[in-house]
Amino acid sequence: MTISADSETKLRYVGRSVTRREGADKLTGRSRYVDDMHVPGALTGRTIRTSIPAGRVRNVRFPDGFPWDEFIVAGPDDLPANEVALITADQPAFVDGIVRHAQEAVLLIAHEDAGLVHEAARAIEIEYERDAGVFGMEQGHVLKQLAIRHGDFEGAFANGDVIFEGEYRTGAQEHVYIETNGFIAWWEGDGVVLHGSHQCPYYVHKAVKHAFALDRDDQVRVTQETTGGGFGGKEEFPSLLAIHSALLSRKAGGRPVRLIYDRAEDMACSTKRHPSLTRIRTACTPEGVFKGVEIDFHIDGGAYVTLSPVVLSRGLLHSGGPYLWPAARMDGYCWFTNSPPYGAFRGFGAPQSEFAIERHLDRLAAKLGICPIELRKRNFLRKGDMLPTSQIVGEEPELERIVERALELSDYRAKQSGYGEGNGRGLGLSVFYHGTGFTGSGEVYLDSVVALEAQADGFVEIQVSSTEIGQGTETVFAQIAAEGLGIDIESIRFRKPETGAVPDSGPTVASRTCSIVGGLVERAARQLREQLAGRDIATASATGPVRAEARYQAPPGLVWNDDTYQGCAYGAYSWGCNVAEVSIDPVTAELRVESMWGIYDIGRVINPVLAIGQVEGGMAQGIGWATCEDVVLKEGAMQNTRVTNYIIPTSADAAELFVEFVEHHNPCGAFGAKGVGEIPLDGPPAAVANAVTFATGKDIAAIPIRPEDLLA
Amino acid sequence: MTIRMTINGRDCTTDANPMTPLLDVLRESCRLTGTKYGCGEGECGACTVIMNDELVMSCLVPVMQAEVATIETVEGLARMADDGAEILHPVQQAFLECGGAQCGICTPGMVMAGVHHLRHPELAPDGLAEALEGNLCRCTGYSAIFRAMERAAEAGRPA
Repeated sequence: MTISADSETKLRYVGRSVTRREGADKLTGRSRYVDDMHVPGALTGRTIRTSIPAGRVRNVRFPDGFPWDEFIVAGPDDLPANEVALITADQPAFVDGIVRHAQEAVLLIAHEDAGLVHEAARAIEIEYERDAGVFGMEQGHVLKQLAIRHGDFEGAFANGDVIFEGEYRTGAQEHVYIETNGFIAWWEGDGVVLHGSHQCPYYVHKAVKHAFALDRDDQVRVTQETTGGGFGGKEEFPSLLAIHSALLSRKAGGRPVRLIYDRAEDMACSTKRHPSLTRIRTACTPEGVFKGVEIDFHIDGGAYVTLSPVVLSRGLLHSGGPYLWPAARMDGYCWFTNSPPYGAFRGFGAPQSEFAIERHLDRLAAKLGICPIELRKRNFLRKGDMLPTSQIVGEEPELERIVERALELSDYRAKQSGYGEGNGRGLGLSVFYHGTGFTGSGEVYLDSVVALEAQADGFVEIQVSSTEIGQGTETVFAQIAAEGLGIDIESIRFRKPETGAVPDSGPTVASRTCSIVGGLVERAARQLREQLAGRDIATASATGPVRAEARYQAPPGLVWNDDTYQGCAYGAYSWGCNVAEVSIDPVTAELRVESMWGIYDIGRVINPVLAIGQVEGGMAQGIGWATCEDVVLKEGAMQNTRVTNYIIPTSADAAELFVEFVEHHNPCGAFGAKGVGEIPLDGPPAAVANAVTFATGKDIAAIPIRPEDLLA
Repeated sequence: MTIRMTINGRDCTTDANPMTPLLDVLRESCRLTGTKYGCGEGECGACTVIMNDELVMSCLVPVMQAEVATIETVEGLARMADDGAEILHPVQQAFLECGGAQCGICTPGMVMAGVHHLRHPELAPDGLAEALEGNLCRCTGYSAIFRAMERAAEAGRPA
């Protein structure tokens, strides 16, 4: 259901629930995922990993009883550069002498007998010299530190207003994409061919080219197979598998190697959402008008840098919530620990910091004796307000309208007064926002390019490195292209992402695909339409394809200073409100999220069915993170590495979800679109925690909220 | 040992270690890769197929138990019209229209569970939430799947 801000009827595809283009293939089992590839003669690879979090590898023993001479064995000495290139290249592809976490690759083995590979992998013994590790934040070394200063924050706390402090924690979260990570690699001549499950073909390309010290771009060809879920978990992590599979293949003389993780390995070694600790101190008038905020936002980065600096950045930039803070001191710290590196996960730091501020506001409201909704309303961002980074809010967020709609749909006020506090049932609310695309100057550095090509067979082909990972890239891009070109959508096709064959439209992350890359698709479509000048596609391209490219250009005024952390952090913001209704079993303290409502402004809704799917799925992940998804860590490593003991919501747990959209179009996004993929993760944890506090009287300050915490 | 099965209406004979999971036989020997691996321990449901009219997790079924069994997988649901067009099963069609499939990896198993539920609603007295409890989906939050199943039930053609 959609509340539409305008009623443009002249659009033929945009705004309509065009059927998912690859949907029938997925529904009939025809879609080919990497593990479905039949590659004759392929060897099966396996990674031998560390089992201690810190120390040194002393010796690797290959016990008798295995035909070791038949195995391909590869290690760091076989790799020209033992580095996984990302923001930095500090993460080695194999332990480089020093063990920094308990899931590092020590070596790789491969054999044509998959069963034998698994037995052999278990038999290999590694001897260590152990060191004490660092586990948890605020110990050891800082990986990255960021600071935002705004207004007279010292003065804000000096003149007798209400000062209120709180400390909030969030746990790690495992992605549990139902398709585990996998790559198949082989060499052809002096180049490597890689097929795999991933979000960002050019990230993989960069990492493989670097690790093998290859000179030419065409020596690495990365193809994305149908990808069974990513959620950020297949942003940077797959580069490691790509390097490993390519190395085994090279040692095997170029023979194909399958490196496909089983569930336990995937859950143990892959990235997770960064655990966080946030301390908030606010100053406000007795009536609840905000004067200033001090925030210390900490995340656990794990053993290597990976993407942690940018996760910290987005988390810190969103830490004040969608409110006007006349003064702010925001400090972000990411800590090195001996955990496997934490990484990208849908929301990218913002769900952590927005949980903290939204929980803090309910606690502050209780202290002030003000209704938590009223407290928020007194401080909502409005058009023309200044964010702590000096960015001026350029549109009217209409947060009151969004909140009122959520209250109305959920029957919040009547239900809440009916239940009464502390009776095991209650509602809670959260308000949140999310910046579209890469932070600050990130989109400029990405320099994304898309191409549309009219081809002789009468089709226009979309060529992008943006991947379909379930969110609907192929479908919304076809809608945008058909709309811009003014042609039937049946004449649009989507080129399977393969480096070299498609331009680099940037990674499929940061809620940027539909809005920002889609905006480039729109521009290229309009340009191609002019080039075609009314001719039909086949005629125009009879003597060769007609091609239009569009390259990212920063919107006017979008200036960011990485040194001062001031400027326009994002070109557009999406806004939203969640209401959660929970019940708690009086005997077992089992927490159930009965229902959740979500009202979102994601700009133009390009495809309502797909957009609702994004939002509902994200809400469910957020509810899972807040309630049942408990990553049990021991010396930094996840212990519950199975779907039997790491619990994600099932259909029986599923909350009833209600979603509506409010549309404020973004002049820079595709037909007015803003980011949609990540904002659904920002709100549910605080809405649930606020509801649980109302229902139980327990002052919830951390997620996941476990029954044992409620009974304590 | 030699295993004889009827898979999607076709007789199939294959040689396999009796303890090999049915999932591996389907995917590797029969090249029916529509059925997916998700966890290998019967928890996620990605490998769900219908065996002798019962819903099973094929990763937990030693193939010897499938001897002379009738197996239905996702590949066997759609039909071909006289003009060669594909006619999806009502459950598949409803999933397509309602957004019940996103990344698609849980979809084959989820669809098989859905098809089985329409045939045997009595096995899940509490309805859809119970019927699909054995199939994890990480993309949809299940809402779109419920809507699809309600639409498929309305279409009223349990195959």
